[in-house]
Amino acid sequence: MSFPTTPEVLGRIEPEIVIEPERYELRAKPVYRFDLERRDFVKVFGAGIAVFLISKAAFAQQGESGGRRGGFGGEQMPKDISAWLHVDEEGAVTVYTGKVEIGQNIRTSLAQAVAEELHTPFSSITFVMGDTQVTPFDAGTFGSRSTPQMGTQLRHVASAACDILVDIAAKQWNVERSRLAAANGKVTDPSSGRALTYGQLARGHALAQAIPESDPLVPQDKWTVSGKALPKVDGRDFVTGQHKYTPDMKLVGMMYGKVLRPDSFGATLVSIDTGAAEAMRGVVVVHDGDFIGVAAPDPQTAERALAAIHAEWKELPGQPSSSNVYDYLKANVETGGQGGRGEGGARPSITGSMDAGLAAAQHKLDATYTVAYIQHVPLEPRAALAQWEGDKVTVWTGTQRPFGVRDELKDAFHLDEKNVRVLVPDTGSAYGGKHTGECAVAAARLAKSAGKPVKLVYTREEEFTWAYFRPVGVIEVRSGVRDDGVITAWEFHNYNSGGSAIGTPYAIANQLIAFHPTKYPLRQGSYRGLAATANIFARESHMDDLARLVKMDPLAFRLKNLADDDSGGRLRAVYRAAADKFGWGRAKPAPGHGFGIAGGTEKGGFVATCAEVSIDRASGEVRVLRAITAFECGAVVNPDGLRNQIIGANIMGLGGALFEAIQFENGRILNPKLSKYRVPRFKDAPQTEAVLVDRRDIAPAGAGEVPLMAIAPAIGNAILDATGTRLRSLPMVPNGLKA
Amino acid sequence: MPALQASEQTARVTEIHVNGTRYTIDAAPDAPLLSVLRDQLDLTGSKYGCGEGQCGACTVLIDGNPRRSCITPVGAASKRQITTIEGLEQNGKLHALQQAFLEEGAMQCAYCTSGMIMTGVALLKSNPAPSDPQIIEYMQGNVCRCGTYPRIVAAVHRAAAEMAGAKPTGTATKGESR
Repeated sequence: MSFPTTPEVLGRIEPEIVIEPERYELRAKPVYRFDLERRDFVKVFGAGIAVFLISKAAFAQQGESGGRRGGFGGEQMPKDISAWLHVDEEGAVTVYTGKVEIGQNIRTSLAQAVAEELHTPFSSITFVMGDTQVTPFDAGTFGSRSTPQMGTQLRHVASAACDILVDIAAKQWNVERSRLAAANGKVTDPSSGRALTYGQLARGHALAQAIPESDPLVPQDKWTVSGKALPKVDGRDFVTGQHKYTPDMKLVGMMYGKVLRPDSFGATLVSIDTGAAEAMRGVVVVHDGDFIGVAAPDPQTAERALAAIHAEWKELPGQPSSSNVYDYLKANVETGGQGGRGEGGARPSITGSMDAGLAAAQHKLDATYTVAYIQHVPLEPRAALAQWEGDKVTVWTGTQRPFGVRDELKDAFHLDEKNVRVLVPDTGSAYGGKHTGECAVAAARLAKSAGKPVKLVYTREEEFTWAYFRPVGVIEVRSGVRDDGVITAWEFHNYNSGGSAIGTPYAIANQLIAFHPTKYPLRQGSYRGLAATANIFARESHMDDLARLVKMDPLAFRLKNLADDDSGGRLRAVYRAAADKFGWGRAKPAPGHGFGIAGGTEKGGFVATCAEVSIDRASGEVRVLRAITAFECGAVVNPDGLRNQIIGANIMGLGGALFEAIQFENGRILNPKLSKYRVPRFKDAPQTEAVLVDRRDIAPAGAGEVPLMAIAPAIGNAILDATGTRLRSLPMVPNGLKA
Repeated sequence: MPALQASEQTARVTEIHVNGTRYTIDAAPDAPLLSVLRDQLDLTGSKYGCGEGQCGACTVLIDGNPRRSCITPVGAASKRQITTIEGLEQNGKLHALQQAFLEEGAMQCAYCTSGMIMTGVALLKSNPAPSDPQIIEYMQGNVCRCGTYPRIVAAVHRAAAEMAGAKPTGTATKGESR
């Protein structure tokens, strides 16, 4: 595969971007604009028709329907070009996007969007994704933005390209363009029966056109390609083992890298002897500042060389452990800090008066919830393959932020941006865990000394130890409810875990909501759904306890308290859809079984999950028998892919709900292996069902994260229903539920 | 796998039989089979996921039995017939289970898919019409972190029906409604 070289493609403008109002979604730095002369564009992409988009509206439109409440919005929109598309002289369509495919299936669903607007066969479309040299700048694939933002932008680009092709035909035939029709990769003149394929129309042209965002889109209710369950693009490559993930790649002369790790977090190097390793044939040892690593002609030699390095470390004493981390967070609140980027932060969000609200309540409830550190455990560990050519470096790596990794490389090696290229092969999942570029930097550092390409693949233990974790957190809730079931007071404090979905979708007159940044002991970062999982767990667990205090059905209690606005209505709809499918309210099949329900909204998605659990009181085993999740994210682009995401999110969320937790002590991870860190397996998967609430009247939102958010409290509420025991810590039953 | 014999522990391994082809290699007998397949033979369909036989992403068939190639020393496999995911397709025709994975959409990131298919192929060979509990029990050692389990169960059923010459009758009882 050859790539055009385009060092001058991207020029910088001043950044003004807030992608996610969440502190743990790593912040995007620069924003670029497309700065290519037309003739250069043609040189790069070849003859044909190229269209690129400068759009603010596509972003702004989604900001409005984001489903946020209580003044936690405030998303500013970038001004850059973010998509382009090329139709060549054969009619082949190539789309360039900085988004990456990590299992969420956007290579397929974005192609559906393009096919829809360009009126061309799905199979004629190829996506070039996540290549910093040829795709437009993109902050990263996270925050459930690919469908609402990139999908919308690509629709505009494709729609404009279609218009251009129709214009060309109209000119060629000397007819009114309104008489012509575009379909199936052709423009036809119904009155004469003439037809030209897109390839024929593009032939001889060298057009590069910027377009405004105002072109009409195919309305969601007229979709013919989107909304269909098309199979995964390149699916055959995956079932035959032919797809090359980063760890599968190989270059001529390539060496295998290994990094020497300290004995524990915070340990400092006292002494090192690399003599034995350096004496090994073909081995390159690099010791540069804090970085120590080796490269060898084969993986076994690399392991032996690493083991041959004698290093003495001085450990950092007095680090918190998993047994006292919650006290540590409460004792180490960062005062006067920046807080959560507007999500509460150091300043609480206050509505009404808590005193008045509590005074009006007949029942009050205070409770504290905790969430443990968990790990993403992407089955493909971090990996990078780096190659230098002079002072230019190219790195293939599985990351959600190719441009962020490019900048890390640029900074680490003091390079000019145009001398760094990052490419992201379709990746073996990420779940928010692959935002950073340390693996790419390490591979590049080794390759620089080795003078040969170097591949570095993390071991599972390294992935568990030296990646990052979902933040640990403490959540305190104080509330009051009237006898008639109206919640009058709601105070919610989140310590460290984050601000996503920290607000409540229930209409409560008196509220105080605050996020408190704290010091924290382990490296932490994004995780699928961010803190929404923690915040919704606390809120929805608390909601059930309040329902019990006023002796109301948990679903009726929620419906009663939901706001009477659009967002409240959409949440009501998914609650009802999940409850209907589940058979909410019917008798439980046997003693020891419990039903639970929970829901929430975030990022333009609305989710409700009903769960049935059974508890074996003798063994303490908690089994989730059924999980029914209703989800609405506007118009559904690919129902099959969406179901896959919803079911998968529920099963993944079940792990964090029941048993996943990182154990740590004295700067060491105690369970950094799959044999010691339990993830959901076949036997854990409940009977699952996804109920799609398809709102063709609403532009599509993202779907990769929100479906995960309600499973934990739904399970917790079902355990309460079965046993009368309220579990307020995630994971809830790492060792089962003893009688 | 049987333990290595004394002679096997010292001599370099120079030959290996994969997907019906004899390959000349040069490996220490204790080198993981997975590494030899991937790094020497460029058969990268088998994946590294955990290095301790816990995730199943590296599963290959050795004399027809599913084995974790990440913890199998190449010396213990050198005289045997090894089948990897690359060897399932015959004359351009996918194995019924590969086809079933496509039809059920039984993958997301698909990093686990090779190992899932190899384990499933072994299951179908020993049990041509497995029940849900039998599939779940047999495949418990394979992790799909994306949580695609219900569709994988459905794919095994679909392949079983296909191999039996019958048309599949709807979806698996285990799973997700489609």
